[in-house]
Amino acid sequence: MNTGQPGSSAAPSRRQFLAGGSAVAAAGLLAACGGSSGGTPKVAKSVNPSAMARALSKPTQLTFWTWVPNIASEVALFEKKYPKIKVNVVNAGQGLAEYTKLRTALKAGTGAPDVVQIEYSYVPTFTFTNNLIDLGPYGANDLKDDFVPWTWGQVSKGDKVYAIPQDTGPIGMLYRKDVFDRYGVTVPATWEEFAAAGTKLHQKNPSISMTNFANNDAGQTFGYAWQAGARPFALKGTGLTVDINGPDMQKMANFWSPLVDSGAVSTDPDFDTDWYAALTNGTYATWVTAAWAPVFLQSSAAKSAGKWRVAPMPQWASGADVSGNWGGSTSAVTNQTKNPEAAAALAMFLNHDPASSMLMASKQFLFPPLKQTLADPAFVGLKPSFYGGQKVNALFAEISKTVLTNFQWSPFNDYVTSSNNQIFGGALIAKKPLSAALDTWQASVTNYAKQQGFAVTK
Amino acid sequence: MAILARRGRPENKHAAAGYMFVAPFMIVFAAMFIAPLAYAAYLSLYSSRLVGGTVFVGLQNYTQALQDRQFLSGLERIALFFLIQVPIMIVLATFFALVLDSGRLRAPRVFRIAFFVPYAVPAVVAALMWGYLYGAKFGPFVQIAHDLGTAPPQFLTSGHLLPSVANIVTWEFAGYNMIILYAALLTIPPDLYEAASIDGAGPIKTALRIKLPLLRPALGVILLFSVIGAFQLFNEPQVLQPAAGSVITPAWTPNLYAYNLAFTDQRLNYAAAVSFLLGFIILIATYLVLILGRLRRRST
Repeated sequence: MNTGQPGSSAAPSRRQFLAGGSAVAAAGLLAACGGSSGGTPKVAKSVNPSAMARALSKPTQLTFWTWVPNIASEVALFEKKYPKIKVNVVNAGQGLAEYTKLRTALKAGTGAPDVVQIEYSYVPTFTFTNNLIDLGPYGANDLKDDFVPWTWGQVSKGDKVYAIPQDTGPIGMLYRKDVFDRYGVTVPATWEEFAAAGTKLHQKNPSISMTNFANNDAGQTFGYAWQAGARPFALKGTGLTVDINGPDMQKMANFWSPLVDSGAVSTDPDFDTDWYAALTNGTYATWVTAAWAPVFLQSSAAKSAGKWRVAPMPQWASGADVSGNWGGSTSAVTNQTKNPEAAAALAMFLNHDPASSMLMASKQFLFPPLKQTLADPAFVGLKPSFYGGQKVNALFAEISKTVLTNFQWSPFNDYVTSSNNQIFGGALIAKKPLSAALDTWQASVTNYAKQQGFAVTK
Repeated sequence: MAILARRGRPENKHAAAGYMFVAPFMIVFAAMFIAPLAYAAYLSLYSSRLVGGTVFVGLQNYTQALQDRQFLSGLERIALFFLIQVPIMIVLATFFALVLDSGRLRAPRVFRIAFFVPYAVPAVVAALMWGYLYGAKFGPFVQIAHDLGTAPPQFLTSGHLLPSVANIVTWEFAGYNMIILYAALLTIPPDLYEAASIDGAGPIKTALRIKLPLLRPALGVILLFSVIGAFQLFNEPQVLQPAAGSVITPAWTPNLYAYNLAFTDQRLNYAAAVSFLLGFIILIATYLVLILGRLRRRST
């Protein structure tokens, strides 16, 4: 299960030029927005600046679970601003490894951190069980307009904010210029052109595949589905709409099926030895992937430096300009925290403070969700030689704006991820019709949801 | 001990001492084994849902598991694995042990260690290593096949996965079992060999007529371990999973299934029931092996 594996730790950063007018105000916001500290965190209702300020100026210990490497520098900025608060950073594993521990602690009723890193795709899983507190009362709603709109849609429901966006993975296309040039292929702007280019490439050199559709990566499957307009899940109360085999999902499946059949697209597991080698030696002509990938590739396929270029994701309709998201994380506050004000302040500061956000973008190469960072020339102006001096960040910053909003995840993402690997991935490996796999997948998820007591509709 | 205790005062003292000696073990045993087991048994009688919470369902989880195709196909797979892998491993281990014991090797210690070393490699490391060796694109075997211009072997496809995993397990445990058998061979009294050689038995005849029959108890022990090991197969498929992708399904082995039910599907209660059923099946299989051994001993 590789969902978001690279996404969260090795993301590139780029931002766009939107003037971050609100950014200057951002630093001040935190102090201004408080939560009433009167009741338990769950019933906090209104903003009380003085209560928040009081809470932030009393000695407090926070625990923060994250797998972002070297995040101590960002945390140091926070501790400098709030000298009474000490943050204990713990790496409890990446993705699933962390969630497993988190769940154990949540069930045990003790041992969970105050602030925790959670991928977008898992936010509903943890909000459904009421394990994340609403950050609205602590002033999170005031940050809304500073983040790229689709990211806010991923972490909030109405004015309830369950997490703060940390990094994102808007999807573009990395391609091997050397391979394209050698076989006379032009950069495809639509999926139709992509398929034609793939067929041509594969005919000229059967050992090359146009791209790889990983058989073990729900992040990729759903990222592509996202762009195709699919909305496989919608949750209302305990009513769940499951539409994994709807028309847009079918459109996507029917597009990839023939390419996989002919061998023009390979279906190797990703983040695996063979896969790294294939990226390095040009066996995959493209990687239709997220904004965290460019920097990730620089280190994991270092020998292919200079051969890669970046283009937007191929489109379903010519002239369209839409994308999906693959990976990325948030910072959330658990309901076990005894210091909700300080915990909320940390979650907001790390991702919203301009200095902290810029540090994440430039040091950890996380692709930022904050508009101001996405517009910072120091970020979008970068011209990595790995991509022949192309302004990679600038391109992905533009793509980030085109990610469709209102994509929803299921409240049991573990199961959906694992069944992606088993059913959809299984069909990819076996070169079986993908649309039939969607039907099986739909039935399997529906069955699981019913078992879990949801009222399931299609 | 209860009987002893009833007898009178002097023994009472001894009994108390006895209890004290076993206490450290019994306390840890109860806390780390009995208690979790009891808790799992308790869990298996409930059903916990995301919507609707936890309800008592009696034996429903068990009846469901007995009709669960994923669970049953995992059991079938593991039975097949057992039938293929265990005989191969035992034959290899016996062969190596006999060779070592024959005294015809130049540097027996070197060979003994060489056979045994795979066991010293942690299963996780071994599976990672084999994951690379089996690699479908750039693994060494595939590259050699590529250089020779032959069709590359596909170790990690659904048809070949079981033998591939069996190969790893054999590699890991043949040496370990060899050591057990070799130790058993060393306990055979030398006068038997003398008698055999006086009767004109050569080394091969000695091996077949003297050593093998006397190895039977040790072979029984190995078989017992292998039954348990095979039915609990978990590490290798779990670690190979990233390299093999969707070929290793969450229910590839029953143990893997129980794990994934608990930690992926969040169905702890059902996972507990599946684990108990698996434990029960292992118990039966172990018992069968024991009975088989006893019958044979009686017949000889």
